[in-house]
Amino acid sequence: MATTADQFQAHADDAHHDHDHKPAFFARWFMSTNHKDIGTLYLIFAIFAGVIGGGISGIMRLELAHPGIQYLGTVASLLGEPNANFDSQLHLWNVLITAHGLIMVFFLVMPAIIGGFGNWFVPLMIGAPDMAFPRMNNISFWLTVAGFISLMLSAVVPGDATGNGAGIGWTAYAPLSTSGSKGPATDFAIFSLHLAGAASIMGAINFITTIFNMRAPGMTLHRMPLFVWSVLVTAFLLLLALPVLAAAITMLITDRNFGTTFYDAKGGGDPVLYQHLFWFFGHPEVYIMILPAFGIISQIVSTFSKKPVFGYLGMAYAMVAIGVVGFVVWAHHMYTTGMSVNTKLYFTLATMVIAVPTGIKIFSWIATMWGGSLEFRSPLVWALGFIFLFTVGGVTGVVLANGGIDDNLHDTYYVVAHFHYVLSLGAVTGLFAGFYYWFPKMSGRWHSEALSYLHFAVFFVGVNMIFFPQHFLGMQGMPRRYPDYAPAYEYWNTLSSWGYAVTLVSVGLFFLNIIYAFTMGKKAEGNYWGEGATTLEWTLSSPPPFHQFETLPVIDDKDHH
Amino acid sequence: MTFGKTARTAGRAIQAIGLSLALFAAPALATAAAPAAPTAEKADAAAATATDAAAAAPVTAVAAPAPAGPAIDPNDPKFKVAPGKYVPMKPTEGKGMPTPGGIMFQDQYSDSGKQALQMHQAILLPVIFAISLLVLFLLLYVIARFNRRANPVPSKTAHNTLLEVLWTGIPILILVGISVPSVALINKQFQPAPEKALTVKATGNQWYWTYKYPDNGDIEVISNMLPHDKALAAGEPSQLAADYRMVVPAGEPIRMQVIGADVIHSFAVPSLWFKIDAVPGKINEKTLTINEPGVYYGQCSELCGARHGYMPIAIEALPRDEFNRWVLEQGGKIDGAPEAPAAADAAAPAAKPAA
Repeated sequence: MATTADQFQAHADDAHHDHDHKPAFFARWFMSTNHKDIGTLYLIFAIFAGVIGGGISGIMRLELAHPGIQYLGTVASLLGEPNANFDSQLHLWNVLITAHGLIMVFFLVMPAIIGGFGNWFVPLMIGAPDMAFPRMNNISFWLTVAGFISLMLSAVVPGDATGNGAGIGWTAYAPLSTSGSKGPATDFAIFSLHLAGAASIMGAINFITTIFNMRAPGMTLHRMPLFVWSVLVTAFLLLLALPVLAAAITMLITDRNFGTTFYDAKGGGDPVLYQHLFWFFGHPEVYIMILPAFGIISQIVSTFSKKPVFGYLGMAYAMVAIGVVGFVVWAHHMYTTGMSVNTKLYFTLATMVIAVPTGIKIFSWIATMWGGSLEFRSPLVWALGFIFLFTVGGVTGVVLANGGIDDNLHDTYYVVAHFHYVLSLGAVTGLFAGFYYWFPKMSGRWHSEALSYLHFAVFFVGVNMIFFPQHFLGMQGMPRRYPDYAPAYEYWNTLSSWGYAVTLVSVGLFFLNIIYAFTMGKKAEGNYWGEGATTLEWTLSSPPPFHQFETLPVIDDKDHH
Repeated sequence: MTFGKTARTAGRAIQAIGLSLALFAAPALATAAAPAAPTAEKADAAAATATDAAAAAPVTAVAAPAPAGPAIDPNDPKFKVAPGKYVPMKPTEGKGMPTPGGIMFQDQYSDSGKQALQMHQAILLPVIFAISLLVLFLLLYVIARFNRRANPVPSKTAHNTLLEVLWTGIPILILVGISVPSVALINKQFQPAPEKALTVKATGNQWYWTYKYPDNGDIEVISNMLPHDKALAAGEPSQLAADYRMVVPAGEPIRMQVIGADVIHSFAVPSLWFKIDAVPGKINEKTLTINEPGVYYGQCSELCGARHGYMPIAIEALPRDEFNRWVLEQGGKIDGAPEAPAAADAAAPAAKPAA
């Protein structure tokens, strides 16, 4: 540790004469305390995890392209289980859906949008030199990695009698996750959530402290860019929701290993209690994933309209409202658990309320563009795609909010379509929008705008092909988490699987674009988007210096949203 | 009785909400709230005196001191037994099952299902289409009208109080409009079955269903999925067909009790708008009314382990007399008939002279 301490010491001494002094490779990337480096690490990690999670969807779509079980045996032998019997193959399916869900939620969207963009741009946008707790920031990142490793390990240890891996669904409902899956794989999967959750809680504390205490002079709360607002609200959601998840899954662990019966009716517990605890975390979690995307879209729409965001205060407090209401609607995930009629009525009505602040956001984005001078650079094209796709995902949410309607749609592909429209097509589209918006800022090099448009076009067609038909499948009654289905469902499933192939091409274009940027990309200026880009990150070079704002910027009185 | 209590409080809640929403749809809500309260009261009252007309007959029959004669009224349609032998019904293509390439809900064969489908088709679907198209139109308009060429100088407008009030207020009104039929629908779905209704208890196991008929001498049906080839040979949809079906009478409310034996399963039949989780240690109860005879398929709808996708639900709804015949063939007794098996035997020949 002496060398580490020396590194930091030397570094501090050097700062005054060498503005951009960077530590050596290992110290810089493995012991990083720099918010931009940690942000970069988060983004690289998220892309890596996303490739694995997206690859798993590929296996799923391949298997679902036609009725019958065709490919699971091959996949099982690739994973070291040759000659897997029928039940083992079906168990593998459950392992795949579990891993897909957990990876995409905890190791793609959250690390990318909060860890990646949040770390990079919250300090830049509020005029801070770094995050409030740089070392805690570092351990947040490495705990996330440890969580991912724990999840990967779960795939190679026994899940239950039928095969390796945890086949419990990302929701890990008891008693399937307790008495239903006795092997250590489930413990590894649960522990992975503990680690990722601890990482997120520390990240949340860091963001809240940074935003409350480290704003540059003149940067009042009501002058903060909306992306910072979105991360602030998200951080509070994380701080309040994740401890509940931690408690819920700790009780899973003790039920599994130490003879408690929190979720076992035989000992006076209740399996539905787990669902209440899980969704008390789980519903805010979906806003944790989408709110930062809202923030990104607000920045982009404003930049390329060359206008300030319409209804700034309404936009900021709409996010606060979504966050608050998001905590009191959780049981709409549990309409079929046999709740009382009053409970069902309450959750139906409360859930519908969320549509109001969400509508405010959609309309405010459009009003921001109204009267603007739109420049269709790639981030704006992605943002326009986001607004439409998120709207489609949002309105099906209003359908599902009705407890009486949900009785038919619950746990069908309609729900799968709904949450992929708001997450896969919403949050991920927001991620790509943010990526093209900030990539030259982060790397100092230009991506290809042409490839970005092409990426968008192919992605838009692909994801809609995957997920729109799933509304039809769900209304026709196809349940989710099924490896096989009645022949009547084949038509739309095949189309959906072709949609995956199209989406895969678009992901290839994305990587091609990154390769292009790092090999042939032109150097990016400080404010490459021009007059519309008014937030503080555009006052810096691209990439920004290793330490920025050593002299704090002063924000003047004029409107600075 | 918890169900009755729940429904009663529900009735009150509906009425309370109804008062506040009366401005928007007084008639729709009144029809919804009105039946709830009396039903709940009836469920309580029924414990003492059977008010159900059909159920009243056997009660008086038992009371009458007639040791040799038939214990039940042979003319009561409830106790009729169809002639012949039970043969599993052939499913009707497109009824009670998904249709190839279908894009909408399955046709509904229960009243609450019809009401829900109607609400979706008449209210929700138009509303969500209208909102999506409005947003799409606004986006396209903005793209066409406010691009850099068409509008080189951006305005600096960032506030418009009226507009902001409108796009907050109008969605609230739309949601209030949706909530009225939604509340009515939930209320209908929670109406308890009458006291004398047939009870069927479905148990979810890894990975099959068992159906118990406590009112029919506790007969039990163990229902496994038919393998692909056998399903096709029987003219049934693969993945949905079961070797033994849950047989129920059509046209009368059934008290479905659902429970899980090992992990959580979910008893779901899309064409009846029916889904309730099978939770270990907790009996969930819900009224199932199937309007007409037929075969209705469903599938387990809560992840329950390896063969989650391989434990379908097949319900065969029969006319009452054919259901009675099935019950007797299973060695059970007709629900509502006296306990002594001799009486049931006596009733059977009386009702089916040419067996």
